[in-house]
Amino acid sequence: MTVVTGNGGAAGNGGAAGQRRRFELPAAGLEDLHRALVSAGYQVIGPRVTGDAITLGELTSASELPFGWGVSLSPGGYRLRKRDDAAAFGHSAGPGSWKQFLHPPREQLWSATRGTDGLAVGPGAVQEPRKLAFLGVRPCDLRAIQVLDRVLRGASGRDCAYSRRRAAVFIVVVNCTEPGETCFCASMATGPESGPGYDLLMTELTAESDHRFVIEAGSPGGQEILTGLPVRPADPGATQRADAAVTGAADRMGRSMQTDGLPGMLAASLHAQRWEDVASRCLTCGNCTMACPTCFCTTVEDVTDLSGEHADRQQSWSSCFELDFSYLHGGPVRSSGVSRYRQWLTHKLGTWHDQFGSSGCVGCGRCIVWCPVGIDLTEEVAALWAERDAAGEPAAGPEGPERGEQG
Amino acid sequence: MQADSARPRLAVWKLASCDGCQLTVLDCQDELLTLAGEVDIAHFTEATSAELPGPGPFDVSLVEGSVSTPADAARIQQIRADSRTLVTIGACATAGGIQALRNFGDVTEFASAVYARPDYIATLATSTPVSSHVPVDFELPGCPIDKRQLIGLLSALLAGREPRIPGHSVCEQCKLRGTACVMVARGTPCLGPVTQAGCGAICPAFGRGCYGCFGPMTAPNVGALVPWLRRLGMPDSDIRRVFATFNVAAFDSVAGGFPGPATQAEPGQPDAGSGS
Ligand code: SF4
Ligand code: SF4
Ligand code: SF4
Ligand code: SF4
Repeated sequence: MTVVTGNGGAAGNGGAAGQRRRFELPAAGLEDLHRALVSAGYQVIGPRVTGDAITLGELTSASELPFGWGVSLSPGGYRLRKRDDAAAFGHSAGPGSWKQFLHPPREQLWSATRGTDGLAVGPGAVQEPRKLAFLGVRPCDLRAIQVLDRVLRGASGRDCAYSRRRAAVFIVVVNCTEPGETCFCASMATGPESGPGYDLLMTELTAESDHRFVIEAGSPGGQEILTGLPVRPADPGATQRADAAVTGAADRMGRSMQTDGLPGMLAASLHAQRWEDVASRCLTCGNCTMACPTCFCTTVEDVTDLSGEHADRQQSWSSCFELDFSYLHGGPVRSSGVSRYRQWLTHKLGTWHDQFGSSGCVGCGRCIVWCPVGIDLTEEVAALWAERDAAGEPAAGPEGPERGEQG
Repeated sequence: MQADSARPRLAVWKLASCDGCQLTVLDCQDELLTLAGEVDIAHFTEATSAELPGPGPFDVSLVEGSVSTPADAARIQQIRADSRTLVTIGACATAGGIQALRNFGDVTEFASAVYARPDYIATLATSTPVSSHVPVDFELPGCPIDKRQLIGLLSALLAGREPRIPGHSVCEQCKLRGTACVMVARGTPCLGPVTQAGCGAICPAFGRGCYGCFGPMTAPNVGALVPWLRRLGMPDSDIRRVFATFNVAAFDSVAGGFPGPATQAEPGQPDAGSGS
């Protein structure tokens, strides 16, 4: 059956095949999917309830998925809530993201030990990465992984550990049918329907008593797994319902962002009053960058042990909100909170385009939710637009950069 | 370094404090033997009353405790003069400690309320960090200090590396650790966003808010956190109290007028330490 995907943005079937071969998988088939992935040698990582949140971690069985759990999201607020149905993927982004597996918070890059004939340098901890299957990746988060790919893998395969880990990942995306209050993937053209890049794509149907998934393969590996599952060709009613649910989600986004001409507007905003305003509220705590699925910055430290016989080079996540982040000879370049908040927002939404060919934001809303004081970047951007509009032209200083493409 | 030994000499000193940070040194069980093999521990009364012959110089001095008596004010000058590298350890030594509550009250009044013979008490009007008296090379904050941070510092000094002591927030360590933020996910007030990292974000990992025992981070925005603490239901008296603990003087100096003098919150409980 041919499916027309009408919801705005980069979603769709990648334009490769006019025909999508879609199937139906009963909810009980999630266990078969889990088993098939394990048999194929994957450790299955997915969402489950741990403590106060739905976090990502190893699933030893599909039954550990957060069936019947949803979340209520607000700036600086996250609460689990019981759903009326048994949806396994009826929740939006949690505190973690797939970044933590692909680009871990801490990583040993290499180690060295003093021996009788000099220094023996050993490799870092991760040589043969585990094969991981990501089960329940949201479309925005698939895009976030692809953003990280461009940053850390690039054309030249820069970060070798990242590339090795990434190559061993199998991705099962679940389309969004119920966006969260802080979501704005539709604005960023990253969802709620998945773009290409998945191995398997599912849409969850929970509206009726029979809980099932519409499922299709996006890669030969995905096809192989799909073949072993208890599926039958999807009937048109099911695919229509699935597509309507996904399309409808685009209209129910909790947030939106005006992205047309955004990099230009930001480039011209150097002296905007709004930066002062947001900096007065910002703690410069770095939570937003840590929670963001695409922020990739790290710091590297060489450490020795007490005996001095052993040294490690350790990499760990860092943030442009740290004062030390921009420390050059004699002091930090970005010493004010103003300049640090501006760095985050203008990198994420502006200069990222120049550097990596896309926005660094996929509209997942994590930075809004996990900001301890609820700073909402969509609100900040809207205020910057308003300030620009009120000024009648780009709010650039005398030496301000070129005005944006937005007229 | 002493002429008769190739090993660096380490001294551990105590001013006005509870000994908790020295206990953290002793708590480095696995590393302690290695450490003892790498350095001569020339002075460490919490661990042993046996002192190596002779006073300084010391290659590294770890100093616990704040300066709260005239005697300690003099002693710290001597320690500094005798030490190549001076490292202060703990909230008392780096920020004046909880005994700095006296800085916001009247110490003679406290002394007469507590002691039968206040005239026996020789104490200063304030409890101040070591850095207010002598130049300090490195500071390890915390009440008590973090063991891994201490080992990291000593390893660096032994190797001739500059120790890295991050000035950023506890939140970063919380995120690195993968804890779901207790402020966001359960509405528990937390001082992590204004507190210096180093503890590994222990408290949030156990479901409670950070209470700031590592003191203010570099350039904290305390004023931006206070309205949010109110929003989470903390009355102003509690907000003042939560900032008025181990690092009261340090938070007071960065908070821009809030939380304000600690004694406003809880008058009449002069339990601050009075001398070493
Ligand atoms: S900037 Fe915020 S909304 Fe955008 S991808 Fe990062 S965390 Fe998500
Ligand atoms: S926003 Fe900041 S932390 Fe994130 S990638 Fe850019 S510079 Fe790094
Ligand atoms: S925007 Fe929020 S999360 Fe980000 S640094 Fe500021 S206070 Fe922290
Ligand atoms: S629990 Fe506290 S320390 Fe951790 S991220 Fe939240 S506010 Fe920061």
